[in-house]
Amino acid sequence: MKHPRLSLAGGAAALAMLMLSAGGAWAQEGLKAPAEFDQITDPSARSVALFEEAGKVIQHPRCVNCHPAGDRPLQGMDMHPHQPPVFRGESNIGMPGMMCGTCHGAENVEIVGQAADLKSIPGHPLWHVAPIEMAWEGKTLGQICVQIKDPERNGGKTLDEIVVHMAEDSLVGWGWNPGAGREPVPGTQEVFGELIRRWVADGAVCPTG
Amino acid sequence: MINFTLNGEEKSFDGDPDTPLLWVIRDFEKLTGTKYGCGIAQCGACTVHLDGSTRRSCVTPISSVDGSEVTTIEGLAGAEAEAVQKAWVAIDVPQCGYCQSGQIMSAVALLQYTPKPTDEDIDGAMAGNICRCATYQRIRQAIHDASDMMEG
Amino acid sequence: MTMHTTRRAFLAGTGLVIGFAIAPRGFAAEGVPAGGGDALEAMNAFVKIGTDDTVTILSKHIEFGQGPFTGLATLIAEELDADWSQMRAVHSPADDKVYANLAFGLQGTGGSSSIANSWEQYRQAGATARAMLVAAAAEEWGVPAAEISVSKGRISHAGSGKESGFGALADKAAQQTPPAEAKLKDPKDFVLIGKDLPKLDTPEKTNGKAVYTLDVTADNMLVAVVAHPDHFGATVKSFDDAEARKVQGVVDVKQVPQGVAVYADNTYAALKGRAALNVEWDLSGAEKRSSSELAADFSSQIGGSDALEASKRGDVDQAFSEDGTVSLEAEMVFPFLAHAPMEPLDAVFIKRDDGSLDVYSGAQFPAMDQATAAEITGVDPAKVRLNTQLAGGSFGRRAQFGSPYMQEAAAVFAATDGSRPVKHMWTREDDIRGGFYRPMYVHRMKASIDPDGRITAWDQTIVGQSIMGKADLDETSVEGAANLPYAIPNLRVMSHNVALPIPPLWWRSVGHTHTGFAVETFVDELLQKVGKDPVEGRLALLGDEPRHMGTLRKVAEMADWGSAVPEGRERGVAVVKSFNTYVAQIVEVSRGESGMPKVHKVWCAVDCGVAINPNVIRAQMEGGIGYGLGAVLFDEVTLGKGGGIEQSNFHDYRSLRINEMPHVEVAVIASSEKPTGVGEPGTPPIGPAVANAWRRLTGSPVRRLPIVPAGMA
Repeated sequence: MKHPRLSLAGGAAALAMLMLSAGGAWAQEGLKAPAEFDQITDPSARSVALFEEAGKVIQHPRCVNCHPAGDRPLQGMDMHPHQPPVFRGESNIGMPGMMCGTCHGAENVEIVGQAADLKSIPGHPLWHVAPIEMAWEGKTLGQICVQIKDPERNGGKTLDEIVVHMAEDSLVGWGWNPGAGREPVPGTQEVFGELIRRWVADGAVCPTG
Repeated sequence: MINFTLNGEEKSFDGDPDTPLLWVIRDFEKLTGTKYGCGIAQCGACTVHLDGSTRRSCVTPISSVDGSEVTTIEGLAGAEAEAVQKAWVAIDVPQCGYCQSGQIMSAVALLQYTPKPTDEDIDGAMAGNICRCATYQRIRQAIHDASDMMEG
Repeated sequence: MTMHTTRRAFLAGTGLVIGFAIAPRGFAAEGVPAGGGDALEAMNAFVKIGTDDTVTILSKHIEFGQGPFTGLATLIAEELDADWSQMRAVHSPADDKVYANLAFGLQGTGGSSSIANSWEQYRQAGATARAMLVAAAAEEWGVPAAEISVSKGRISHAGSGKESGFGALADKAAQQTPPAEAKLKDPKDFVLIGKDLPKLDTPEKTNGKAVYTLDVTADNMLVAVVAHPDHFGATVKSFDDAEARKVQGVVDVKQVPQGVAVYADNTYAALKGRAALNVEWDLSGAEKRSSSELAADFSSQIGGSDALEASKRGDVDQAFSEDGTVSLEAEMVFPFLAHAPMEPLDAVFIKRDDGSLDVYSGAQFPAMDQATAAEITGVDPAKVRLNTQLAGGSFGRRAQFGSPYMQEAAAVFAATDGSRPVKHMWTREDDIRGGFYRPMYVHRMKASIDPDGRITAWDQTIVGQSIMGKADLDETSVEGAANLPYAIPNLRVMSHNVALPIPPLWWRSVGHTHTGFAVETFVDELLQKVGKDPVEGRLALLGDEPRHMGTLRKVAEMADWGSAVPEGRERGVAVVKSFNTYVAQIVEVSRGESGMPKVHKVWCAVDCGVAINPNVIRAQMEGGIGYGLGAVLFDEVTLGKGGGIEQSNFHDYRSLRINEMPHVEVAVIASSEKPTGVGEPGTPPIGPAVANAWRRLTGSPVRRLPIVPAGMA
């Protein structure tokens, strides 16, 4: 399996979105293209709007599930506690004896002939839980935004580095290729990255609340 | 052709590359200490050590094992393994016994990294291993006992 | 290859001369312990002595964790005066006469009866073998038998200084005429019974060498899985196997009465093939109601003309109408529960060159399974050997009248030409969705309290399937309620049977799984309502039940009942007699992180008569508590809208995990009563004890199980 950003062509992504249109609240249309925000003339207002659009990805369970507020990741569109109960451990990769890698390999793995509602086990070479200071669970988009900009709470990244991270990091990209039976985050990583880039360019203004 | 080592022996596999390691071990290599319990990484009965860390063999395609070292309960060795197995026997941990290979694989890995585990460390390592007989209290005790044995 | 048979017939415990067949050795089936061989001499149906001094007992009961190998070996070793280190255990052959459970009249394990029914039989077998060894020594040494002593596996004659192990005399001993009835020891002389002897099956269960049915393998063996419907009562309408047959390793696809079987060269191919099947199911005879619709229908049945009286004393209606009487009512709903043993059901079939058939399975009713296999495969029953294997748990699941699982497995084998061995296995999904559940029940409870705070009447109606398939009263539906231990003057317990296409089954502690909960939570609420202490209040109502009282007093002492409980925690108590064993438990519970109950500690007192092996008894209490706790907190199999089964595996049918296991402290009450079982009785009290603590903590009684909603923790 290739990494999503490279393998999911726009057409395929659109098709995926179409197929998911009957799903839950998150299965909306894809992400709006950044250009659609050009009509907003006030840079601050535009920056907020761009971030709110990117928030469709950021606050999607696919992303929040691994940015938990506690020591256990979440699972599923209902964001229930991860089963089996795995704990973040000192390095956010689980605890000795049961690391993330005990179940999650380098790639998504299709499950064949078992539970009908569990079609695959997610995978990525660096599968881990976001550090606790990067917790998103239970936070508003505005709070997450402030947090993303704060080097104390974003892994010491500059805003430019945040843009690169969002646009190119392959673990972020997993959200668009979460494996069979799992709803992807909307849009494409390319569009998402561009939304973040424009948000920064317009002043990286955070939504209030 | 997929090549890997199993309990120190060179093995190769040329069947369906999606075949989970579990079934390669059991059906093709005829090592049956590693068990099937759920097939979806929920129960831990299929736990092996893959390149030194615990791995649920039921969700591990054999294609991903190429070049790796696999250890099963039959090939378990070393101070932690000896202590764990001795501690397990000393207080008669198993009931039906079916999950115990997986429990022991997880417990040994825990002690390899954490020689003096707390109860929280034990939960962290062992919460992925289901025992329907609920021998959990003795598993916890035996891990502490094994840790003491290694120290003493 | 052909069967080995021992060289001589032997006198079985029943006094009949029966050919002795042992599990064959050297078969293509790999890894199966031979269960003895030519070097073993059969003393009787239950004891074999090897030339190497080993003593092998034949367990008529399957070992799936409750300890019969160890317990039965202890009974024999005690009377044989063997040393524990020489004891071994294997499963006996299938035989409803020789190896009958004396409580059932046929061979079977269940009802926590293994030790209870074998208590005299296995000691007698040990004593008989001892007498034969002594007779052989007397003959060999030319000394009077009365002067010979046996201790720790050594036979000796003080006068002549002669001494021997068992092995050297085994052949001669086997030729002795067994005594009609050997004298059993006075319990004060027991040296092994009552000791924490190490379990015989532990070492091989810690090194991967223990062989379960799933581990039995043979050259050229096929693995078969069956596609089952997701509605109870559905049948195959049609199927398309084109894609399944394209899967690498798939050998054949056949329809069987239970669904569509896929045969493959290995397990993964079989699973992949099954996943590629396209089966259309006929739902015309299927259950289409959801669980909530079923509960409503059960509830509406109460008071109907099909009510069956289970118990009646005094005049309940009169008591309710007395002036100043206050009443309390409750309706409780219990879900379907799957047993979910770690090893899903499975069986291996190997047809031999002589036309005989070896079947390997974790059989709880081996002779019934043997007869079923014979009938379905068309092999002469005398040529079918049912080789009972260690099983990865059961909790009741493997004990089915009419052997419906074996019917499927045998049908799968019978659909082949028999030229290749076949392993039939269920996946976890087949297990969770396979029916034979602890049935769903609805209880309606009503009790009256008089102006003096006395409970004057108890009125309980139980609606659910009859596990025994009866049209009249099924005692397993009402056990524990109909014989309410509390001295309440007016009592009425009624039962309604419900017929459903969902097959029911006993589940660890059977009727007590729900009656224990209903009775113990309701009595606790009543006691709270009249301001009585849960322990003292129970004791006051248990005047005629000294063993209930004994366990309750003991557990209260262990928990230092009445002492301060840590902030944020509450305690709950329950006492349940099941299978003639008495168990009282006190739990300490708080509100966990998820807002759901967190059980910290369980104190448990058990009175099971003579304690054969206290360590095994403690283990069964610990395990029974963990098993029951997982169920009351998390488990239900539900039918969704339209009747489809909703759960399928451990991700949605939760098992208790180590981080949820409370610390359990067990006291075994000293007793000289005949031993009773411990496999099940640890389970019933934990649910009500937790619910009682939870009610005291939150103010909300638990009326519906499980306590934790799906996905909450």
